[in-house]
Amino acid sequence: MRLTPRAVVYGALLIGLALVPTLAQVFAYPFLITLFTRIVILSLAAVGLNLILGFGGMVSFGHAVYVGIGGYTVGILAHHGITNGFVQWPLAMLFAGLYALFVGAICLRTRGVYFIMITLAFAQLVYYVGVGLYEYGGDDGLTIYTRSDFAGLINMSHKPSFYYLALALLCLALFAVWRIANSRFGMVIRASKSNDRRANAIGLPTFRYRLAAFVISALICGLAGALLATSADFISPAVMHWTRSGDLIIAVVLGGLGSLFGPVLGMVAFLLLEEVLSSYTEYWQIVFGPMLLLLVLFARRGIDGLIPGGGRG
Amino acid sequence: MLLLIEQILNGVQLGLLLFLLAAGLTLVFGIMDLVNLAHGSLYMIGAYFAATFVDWTGSFVLGALLALPAAFLVGIVLERVALSTLYSRDHLDQVLATFGLILFFNELVRLVWGPGGRTIPLPAALNGTVPLLPGLDYPIYRLIVILVGGAVAFLLYWLVAKTRLGMRIRAGASNREMIGALGVDIRLLYTLVFGIGAAFAALAGIMAAPITTAQIGMGESILIVAFVVIVIGGIGSIRGAFVAALLVGMIDTMGRAFLPELLRAIMSAPAANTLAPALASMLIYLLMALVLFLRPEGLFPARRG
Repeated sequence: MRLTPRAVVYGALLIGLALVPTLAQVFAYPFLITLFTRIVILSLAAVGLNLILGFGGMVSFGHAVYVGIGGYTVGILAHHGITNGFVQWPLAMLFAGLYALFVGAICLRTRGVYFIMITLAFAQLVYYVGVGLYEYGGDDGLTIYTRSDFAGLINMSHKPSFYYLALALLCLALFAVWRIANSRFGMVIRASKSNDRRANAIGLPTFRYRLAAFVISALICGLAGALLATSADFISPAVMHWTRSGDLIIAVVLGGLGSLFGPVLGMVAFLLLEEVLSSYTEYWQIVFGPMLLLLVLFARRGIDGLIPGGGRG
Repeated sequence: MLLLIEQILNGVQLGLLLFLLAAGLTLVFGIMDLVNLAHGSLYMIGAYFAATFVDWTGSFVLGALLALPAAFLVGIVLERVALSTLYSRDHLDQVLATFGLILFFNELVRLVWGPGGRTIPLPAALNGTVPLLPGLDYPIYRLIVILVGGAVAFLLYWLVAKTRLGMRIRAGASNREMIGALGVDIRLLYTLVFGIGAAFAALAGIMAAPITTAQIGMGESILIVAFVVIVIGGIGSIRGAFVAALLVGMIDTMGRAFLPELLRAIMSAPAANTLAPALASMLIYLLMALVLFLRPEGLFPARRG
């Protein structure tokens, strides 16, 4: 791998993320770990979304729902005394994937704005189920009293350990997306993005490929949901609110569509911006809203597009 | 039986409110190819304007009538300043930018009117009930909402189907370049259509406010339902929006009213009490899934040239 400016930025980003617990200790500022645990987990979800949004051009406006399903799976299992992480986490991914299979099978039949609205509507559907789950806290959410345990391999209550677990999973997901995007499978997804009719005409059954990508993307989000619920010891329907799906899209676009590390860059920038702006004013969104409009109008390629040097990483 | 009639009226009322919102959305989408998430913000703005104007004038009707042109103006400014730059962009850009506008409007309302909701008191004349049938007293205000909603729906039909402006709107929806080439000022047409859509959304907000109170975020929850309506009806089709709005309003109202009893008949009371509200909220989404499965383009697909 040549040392392009892009590789340097990505490398610095990963090293920076890896140094967070050390920095938190050096500056005696433990909040840094809490903040970055959130950033890393949501980056993981954004990486999942990027697989279909960035590489596949599928604008899913309901991806927070898979995060929520993952979180609720962990929460509900823990509520019933099943705290083994090797059971909880794969199930979290499985349920997220199964729902994505159902949603994808219907909404991938449609295109453009229908796709956006249908993914949104199916997310709302589950959101209302969450609100109606009185046995599991309903609107108020569900507190998780016992954290997942992985046969004692990882101390989940030790913040730096948990942070490194999340970071390792993020790296794993980045690697997986990189492999997928550059495989034959990924080429079909990209071909379908640029011209679905032509891809079909040369004999590619794009629907199946797109559906598979949709499900994989949801699996990653389900994992992020399991991490999110565990880190907060809490899960509520608010995680699935449609604005959370909007946040994921913002992170992906802010970072740069179709760039491998874009979602991570975008989520780091988005959440740090939120921290900074909201420390100045309670009404930070009055600044942030128009910033989104400007981002769309003037910086189409996102942060990744600002890095000097030609082709995409 | 009386309960059923009452619920049918409630369903029609919700359906007509949804239609006012969905009509603007579907026109803007059909003609300008713009996904406008901020449409719900205009609904909210309408309600808050009405609250303020009713305070100032002391009259509900006068306040509501003042709020309409104010929302029309907000719509026109919004279109000129922000949205007109988005017509040539793809849907992802439009979603993102209008999502930003929602955040902006919600915070703006919080800044100007404060975080609490605003109730709009009804004048005594509108606050009572009328006996529709022996034993069935229906609130006057809800009846007026039905009448106004129905009248406005008819007005819109007349506007689109019978007037010169409507002819241009329909022409714009089927072929934008051609109508521009024929010498119609397409930018002015866009602005006008957007303003009309904004006024309709505001009217829905104004009429809903005395029932639900004006609050931040009121626009988004109903906006998503309005999206369901236009997806079911077929995006770009006014007729589709009308049929789908009534259908969705009716099913949602009926589900909330009768589902708990129905479920109690087939399962234990606690289980039914848990399941019914969730299922009632899900009904319209299930309807949408069904419609899309059978007809991916909606019930009345708009023809495009």
